[in-house]
Amino acid sequence: MPVGKPGSRKVGRPARRKTTSRSPDLPTSRLRPSSRVAIALASLALLVLYLAPLWHVGLKAPQYPEGLGMYIWVNQITGEKPQDLNSINGLNHYIGMKPILPESFPELRLMPLAVAAAVAAGLLVALVARRKLLYAWAALFTAGSLVGLADFYRWGYQYGHELDPHAAIKIPGMSYQPPLLGSKQLLNFHATSWPALGGWVALLVLALLLALAVREWRGARARTG
Amino acid sequence: MTAIRSRAWTGAALTLLSVGLSACGGTSKPLGGTDAAAKVYVAPGQYDELYAFLSGGFSGNVVVYGLPSGRLLQQIPVFSQYPEKGYGYSEETKAMLNTSWGFLPWDDAHHPQLSITNGTADGRWLFINGNNTPRIARLDLTRFETEEIIEIPNAAGGHGSPYITENSEYAVSGTRFAVPTPQEDMSVKDGKFGGVLSFVKIDPKSGRMSLAFQVHVPGFDYDLARSGKGPSRDWSFWTSYNSEQAKTLLEANASQKDKDYIAAVNRKVAEQCVAQGKTKEWKTPYAHNTVGEDGIARSEMLTSEKILEAADCPGMIYFLPTPKSPHGVDVDPTGEFIVGGGKLATVIPVHSFSKMLKAIEAKAFEGEVDGIPVLKYDQVIAGEVQNPGLGPLHTEFDGKGFAYTSVFITSEIVKFSLKDFTVVDRIPTYYSIGHLMIPGGDTEHPYGKYVVALNKITKDRYLPTGPELTQSAQLYDITGDKMKLLLDFPTTGEPHYAQALPASVIKDKQLKTYILTESKDPNVTKSEKEVKVVRQGAKVHAYMTAIRSHFVPDIIEGIQVGDSVFFHVTNLEQDWDVPHGFAMLGARNAELLIMPGQTRTLVWVPQRAGVYPFYCTDFCSALHQEMQGYIRVSVKGSSVPLAWNGGAGTIK
Repeated sequence: MPVGKPGSRKVGRPARRKTTSRSPDLPTSRLRPSSRVAIALASLALLVLYLAPLWHVGLKAPQYPEGLGMYIWVNQITGEKPQDLNSINGLNHYIGMKPILPESFPELRLMPLAVAAAVAAGLLVALVARRKLLYAWAALFTAGSLVGLADFYRWGYQYGHELDPHAAIKIPGMSYQPPLLGSKQLLNFHATSWPALGGWVALLVLALLLALAVREWRGARARTG
Repeated sequence: MTAIRSRAWTGAALTLLSVGLSACGGTSKPLGGTDAAAKVYVAPGQYDELYAFLSGGFSGNVVVYGLPSGRLLQQIPVFSQYPEKGYGYSEETKAMLNTSWGFLPWDDAHHPQLSITNGTADGRWLFINGNNTPRIARLDLTRFETEEIIEIPNAAGGHGSPYITENSEYAVSGTRFAVPTPQEDMSVKDGKFGGVLSFVKIDPKSGRMSLAFQVHVPGFDYDLARSGKGPSRDWSFWTSYNSEQAKTLLEANASQKDKDYIAAVNRKVAEQCVAQGKTKEWKTPYAHNTVGEDGIARSEMLTSEKILEAADCPGMIYFLPTPKSPHGVDVDPTGEFIVGGGKLATVIPVHSFSKMLKAIEAKAFEGEVDGIPVLKYDQVIAGEVQNPGLGPLHTEFDGKGFAYTSVFITSEIVKFSLKDFTVVDRIPTYYSIGHLMIPGGDTEHPYGKYVVALNKITKDRYLPTGPELTQSAQLYDITGDKMKLLLDFPTTGEPHYAQALPASVIKDKQLKTYILTESKDPNVTKSEKEVKVVRQGAKVHAYMTAIRSHFVPDIIEGIQVGDSVFFHVTNLEQDWDVPHGFAMLGARNAELLIMPGQTRTLVWVPQRAGVYPFYCTDFCSALHQEMQGYIRVSVKGSSVPLAWNGGAGTIK
């Protein structure tokens, strides 16, 4: 591991740029060029959602040391390994859970459109460069993300609770709702639920949008105030 | 008993000593026993370094072990029916045991040979010979299953077989018992017997075997074989004994001459002669059994062989005089040295391939047998290893210039230098070693590290189990100057010979499930909706599914006494390690063991009216015990209609 000369760290700390170093002739209603670039890039980054899954649900059990898993994409649900979804459905029949059939989720038809709309909206915000449009988009994106998570929770709840009363394994009081985020023990399975690559990108974009919105808001306030 | 007890005491003493040493923080150098234990210990959940494929001998199987632990991993049925897997019992596998003599439920498996590319094991296939009714089998190493068996016509005792050429072009095979060639009714005592050396072509892509040609040879007993490497890659070698051509009491009558022969066959010359049409045709029937893309074994009966006579193809075959009744004929990694295992010899003769070529060039012949030139011994010998012990059989190589020969009578492994042919080390085996095996030790690039002794008797090495004791192998460390015994491990059948390769070569290529959607089996049922039961006269075909933890259908009615019921059971699982079994009360057959995505068929002929259960035999799940069903059997001519539940069945 390379080690710098003693004291080398002390020198050359760059002078912090003032957060209000906006060019004085820029109207407060308009976005700074750097924000516009960031917004455009963030919007384009959302295209990753067509190439990478949003979410990963993993299952581990003594009988499945290698784990079973499924990926939720904007337009499909796939097994982590080719036969995993099949296997998960096979196991779920013991507790009377309905099979997870990708074609039964209307969301998988809507989400690709929503992502396309989000990318287009973001590019529009960057182009038009109106501050308020950024606020609106950030708000919509936040709302959309929360609705998505709520929908994911709803499905999880439904699958975990609406069980076939004729199932082989019935444990009074037991439901099998997977965790929304994090991990949970469900009988012999340790279930985990975390964003996958696409989900992390979406979350980063969300964080960036909120940060930009705050930055623009503070900048504008500093200018006017 | 005394021996056992004294060993136990030594063990206890060693243990105490090592405990004492570690307790007082003594030397870091481990003691002998502990050292060996550490070298073979594979912790629970850890993998072995090597796959070893041992012949199961008279079990007819190949048995797979992990090395260095000696843990049994799998039994692969090849030449014998194996009820545990339904092999030779299910409709899909029965044809694998067909021969020109009909269905044979057993054979004696001897010499496994891994397929090789550029002289190194490539992990694609394993070949093994059936000795009794001469056959060669090919096993697929992604599924660990027998995929093909070809019968070798005109041979008797397919012992010197199936030795693979440098790039798996051919598996070669000899005739251990001289017989009339081709077969005919003649006097045993006065009849002229012969043999054939067979060249079985291996398709480089599919591995499919075909009998290319056979070389007609004098009626000696051709024992073991090897194909050459590097400079000798075009040649294959067979030892022979009984050059006396005795027909009775061979133990003495075949041991009279000081020297027998190693037959050296140049296959390029033979191929040319075949291409030039210098063969004649014999018409002995033989079977060729293959598993199709649909997973079903089928037999083809063939009736034509291309036979080459030495006289019609000069330069194809020579005899190298070799003392005495030699067993092994082993080519070193450079392809230069050909080591004869002179079973009754007082030396180990090592021939030189380059000298052999020069002798052929110079026509240094001492005579000929049936038109085959016999080279002069002193013109081909590179050296004789003195004092090798009694009964040297078989030699493998470590790739570092040393050869290791199993010595049967004095029960030891003898290590000698290929530089000066002197013995440098020897170590006892327990007891009476037959073959030995160094991983890759018969190839151009030995892996080395260990030698496995494949022993013929075990006597007092294990807890006794009546008159028949366990078969046994032993593992030795050969990394140092001195060989060290590491481990005894029990084996099945008689472990004649073995092959081993690093686990990494095939570990990640293992098939986990058959993909159901891609199944080409004509009897597959891909979902529970498609199950059906069809009557065709006295045959009833039940197309069924199995998935944790039920069969569909699990009620079938309308079966009659004397029907042949074909249970075509598809395992719908697509999950690794979830086979289902299927067993039917009163079936004069075995179980089915059905891999995920696979379809297997069991035939049952019900004999008495009543209701009889079937069930899953492979503990598949928590509700495995519930995985069962019923067949209602009515008297012949009964009016009970054919009915079942599931699919379009009428039982709800």
